[in-house]
Amino acid sequence: MNLLWIFLGAMLVNNIIFARFLGCCPFLGVSTKTETAKGMGMAVIFVLVLAAVMTWLAYHLVLVPLRLEYLYTLSFILIIAALVQFVELVLKKINPILYKSLGIFLPLITTNCAVLGVAVINMNENYTLIESIVNALGSSIGFLLAILLMSGIRERIDRNTNIPQCLHGLPIALVTAGLMSIAFMGFSGIIK
Amino acid sequence: MISFGGVAYPTAVMGALGLTFGALLAFASIKFFVKTDERISLIRDILPGANCGGCGYPGCDGYADGIVNGGAKTSLCAAGGPTLAQRVAEIMGVASDVSVPMRAVLKCKGSPSFSARNAVYEGIKDCRSAAVLPGGTPNACPYGCMGFGTCVEVCLFGALSIVDGLASIDPEKCVGCGACVAVCPKSALSLTPQGSRIQVVCNSNWKGPDVKKVCSVGCIGCSLCARVCPEKAITVENNLAAIDATKCTNCGTCMTKCPAKSINAILSRAAEISYSAEAV
Repeated sequence: MNLLWIFLGAMLVNNIIFARFLGCCPFLGVSTKTETAKGMGMAVIFVLVLAAVMTWLAYHLVLVPLRLEYLYTLSFILIIAALVQFVELVLKKINPILYKSLGIFLPLITTNCAVLGVAVINMNENYTLIESIVNALGSSIGFLLAILLMSGIRERIDRNTNIPQCLHGLPIALVTAGLMSIAFMGFSGIIK
Repeated sequence: MISFGGVAYPTAVMGALGLTFGALLAFASIKFFVKTDERISLIRDILPGANCGGCGYPGCDGYADGIVNGGAKTSLCAAGGPTLAQRVAEIMGVASDVSVPMRAVLKCKGSPSFSARNAVYEGIKDCRSAAVLPGGTPNACPYGCMGFGTCVEVCLFGALSIVDGLASIDPEKCVGCGACVAVCPKSALSLTPQGSRIQVVCNSNWKGPDVKKVCSVGCIGCSLCARVCPEKAITVENNLAAIDATKCTNCGTCMTKCPAKSINAILSRAAEISYSAEAV
């Protein structure tokens, strides 16, 4: 039951974009088309879960025994960057179809704060390995949900000719994001 | 007292961690080496490498991949022109589908000495910023070049400059990638085939009397050019003359007859410069 709450909490209540404001860059940059937004969301799910496992292992098996917990930021960045590179190499060899569908998004999210952010949240909350994976899964599905909703709205906004010229493009997208964030605040209070 | 161990220990651990990952990646790059089509790297080497995106692919790498794997045309690179298309076609072993080389032209002649200004714009020196203000331009003519040089900034080939308050295109440097055309908020720039030297240098859809009030070199839509053109290549729509490049023979009759002097001969690449000398 606890795992379910972690999952729902990460996905809706503490949505990584609308509540924690992590990963806003791809959220605004890659949300102009539903198709690319889906690709980005899938890549985030993939990398986030892998990164959560690897950083959990590195933190509890390397940094804690060596009493170097304060180096977590540095080592997490190193681990995530190396991991994504490694996964890219392996995927290219063993699953070219998946590699192609993730495409440019895989290296793009290497440096994304959402990935690092979830790893740090897992550490701060003292989650177990299973809880970390569930939290990462929930967060990344929350990201997919947010970016998909956003891209659907933006596709319709782009077709709308009633928007004042000064609001075209990014300004209206930011206003939309703000309104969506407020809407997502409706979920708060479901989970303590 | 700073303890040396306090610095050396974490440094060593992080170093070891970095080395481990480095070794792992080096190992993976050999173990999971994927043989890619060597034509991709061959094509990538001869592409200009400016990553302008004019071909519609994400950068030169994307275009090279698109040619080999995606069946893209060999002639999409505007910067490389027909020569490059030929070489790419040789690598691919197909017949070259050479496109007409294009070039950007400014459809405006209204420098401050010819065209009135309604206001003095003191904001950010960027046409896009000026265009969103009420009125949309400090110029009296809402169609003309504002000359704040946004097109100059986006040109990767250094072909644009601002001369006398107007964008000026160096035909020697312009490769026809279309970056400036896309960014101009007034749509005052357009791409035309390099061979078509006679251009209507006005962008205004206003009626003749209104044009006359604000600009002495704007197209008044009198249709004289359409009548004198021996090839019937000129049409006047929305009070603006347009030359059909496929019919135009660059004879220059329209240019000499135009009462508003809003048809110009555009100097083209070196080989063609002699022409404009005799026409003007």
